[in-house]
Amino acid sequence: MKALAWHGKHDVRIDNVPDPEIVNPRDCIIKVTSTAICGSDLHLYDAYIPTLQKGDILGHEFMGEVVEVGPKSTLKKGQRVVVPFTISCGSCYHCNKHQYSACPNGLPADNQDLGMELYGTEMAGLFGYSHLTGGYAGGQAEYVRVPFSDVGPIVIPDGVEDDKVLFLSDILPTGWQAAEYAQIEPGDTVAVWGCGPVGLFAVQSAFLQGAERVIAIDHFPHRLELAKKFGAETINFEETATYEALMEMTGGIGPDAVIDAVGLEAHGLFVDNVVDQVKASLFLGTDRPHSIRQAIIACRKGGRVSMPAVYGGFVDKFPLGAFMEKGLTLKTGQTHVQHYMPALLNAIMEDKIDTEFMISHRLPLSEAPKGYDLFKNNQNECTKVVLKPGLDR
Amino acid sequence: MPFDNPQSDDAPLDTSKRRGVGAEAAAQLPDGKGDTVVANTVTIARPVADVFAHFRDFNNLPGFMENVDRIDVLDSTRSHWVVKAPAGRTVEWDARITEEQRDRSIAWTSEEGADVANSGRIEFRDAGPRGTIVTLTIVYDPPGGVIGQFFAKLFQREPKIQARRDLRRFKQLMETGEVATPAMNPKQFEEMGL
Repeated sequence: MKALAWHGKHDVRIDNVPDPEIVNPRDCIIKVTSTAICGSDLHLYDAYIPTLQKGDILGHEFMGEVVEVGPKSTLKKGQRVVVPFTISCGSCYHCNKHQYSACPNGLPADNQDLGMELYGTEMAGLFGYSHLTGGYAGGQAEYVRVPFSDVGPIVIPDGVEDDKVLFLSDILPTGWQAAEYAQIEPGDTVAVWGCGPVGLFAVQSAFLQGAERVIAIDHFPHRLELAKKFGAETINFEETATYEALMEMTGGIGPDAVIDAVGLEAHGLFVDNVVDQVKASLFLGTDRPHSIRQAIIACRKGGRVSMPAVYGGFVDKFPLGAFMEKGLTLKTGQTHVQHYMPALLNAIMEDKIDTEFMISHRLPLSEAPKGYDLFKNNQNECTKVVLKPGLDR
Repeated sequence: MPFDNPQSDDAPLDTSKRRGVGAEAAAQLPDGKGDTVVANTVTIARPVADVFAHFRDFNNLPGFMENVDRIDVLDSTRSHWVVKAPAGRTVEWDARITEEQRDRSIAWTSEEGADVANSGRIEFRDAGPRGTIVTLTIVYDPPGGVIGQFFAKLFQREPKIQARRDLRRFKQLMETGEVATPAMNPKQFEEMGL
């Protein structure tokens, strides 16, 4: 089959590799019909995540048709499914608590050592996201082996188009969880840093969860326009002093809750950010956390900080004093996708959430390398690239 | 820094920074032998009787213990172990169960002539709704001392790492019926090992 493989920094290629087969009894194989490039794939593209190996197949946002099932799978050939990006067993302590992304059973024991060293615990198994998360082949391919297919994938009713439901795999639940972690109360103002796909879904989710106002912060005019379309007020941080604007827009108090949907590769010409970039390039620090610093400084006293953004290592100058003195609460973590999928599928079917607006580019799988380049270098217009292996067939 | 004073806290022996804890651990085992102690603990979301029963059938162990090539059960208390060692070699010994409490613990020790003298205990504790807490403690004589340990680590066959990985695979097998693998096909799974 054809698959998008990582070969080095800013070097991804379409390789010919053997088709996947059933290995464990709960596996299924799906024929991919749609697969997206995620903002977090850019962290791989930019070589920010360790333990990637040449030839690793990327992609963790995908859906398709079931073409083979193991003896313990509950799926049937021909069903259309969206696959969660976390490989969760559904039967351990964490899965029973619906903390699916904390499941230790999807990650091979040999791959748990590095997480133990880095984080004091093993990570979850993820599709197409380095060997730190299991070295599983990802979904930017014609076929994928899906473990625990009896509990992960959600079956999509006939007649519902791929483009409407594809984002159930990651970014829609991630945006929704981000809003939930902001513990929104009626009348609240929520500020969202980053109007990428997760930030834009967080904007929609915050309103649906009762926020009175949402303030969206970015520097790409097109992305800010999209946020505005969903009712957000906007701040372009290149033209505006963000902290001062937020204070004035919230009666001098600060937003009740803040959401960092930017993460470890923050853009922008700020002193701390430039220092972080230099440090990251010298390996003195691994992440560039400008947005989370600003969010903490802007949040009102006693407010909530929600951090869906991905951080991988250590940060310098984390404003711990401000965090303590203001009495803030922080909630973060990888998304418990399986927990949110059923309700969000319903919300899509009832037209409560708009998903298709996100897609700016639809390309055949063979043009995936071009898709990465676009998403990396034209972030204003390129909000989301969806790859369609069917366009090559 | 190692210390010579006696233990003053309740922490597991293998986490101690004091000198000579290996010998202390051996002394706590019936017919214990070895001077180095390693241990690891996992919680398995299954009833203690199921977890104990699966482990007590030694034929099941190579299914999650990657370094165990083969176990021949000789009688109700004795078994012959063939275990992978660094550089493609194997080490062998006869093991004897020295103490067994059903659904609670199994202690063993190696017989005369073992390639690597070892002893240990696996304990199973009922953890209510969380399932079963399993603690594996191994006391052994590292082959070739410090240099042997360095090479073992290099080849990832150091007992400390193996114990953790084996227990994690045991947990996966008991909780999910499978051992997690990124293999793309059964042949690759075979080649990668557990």
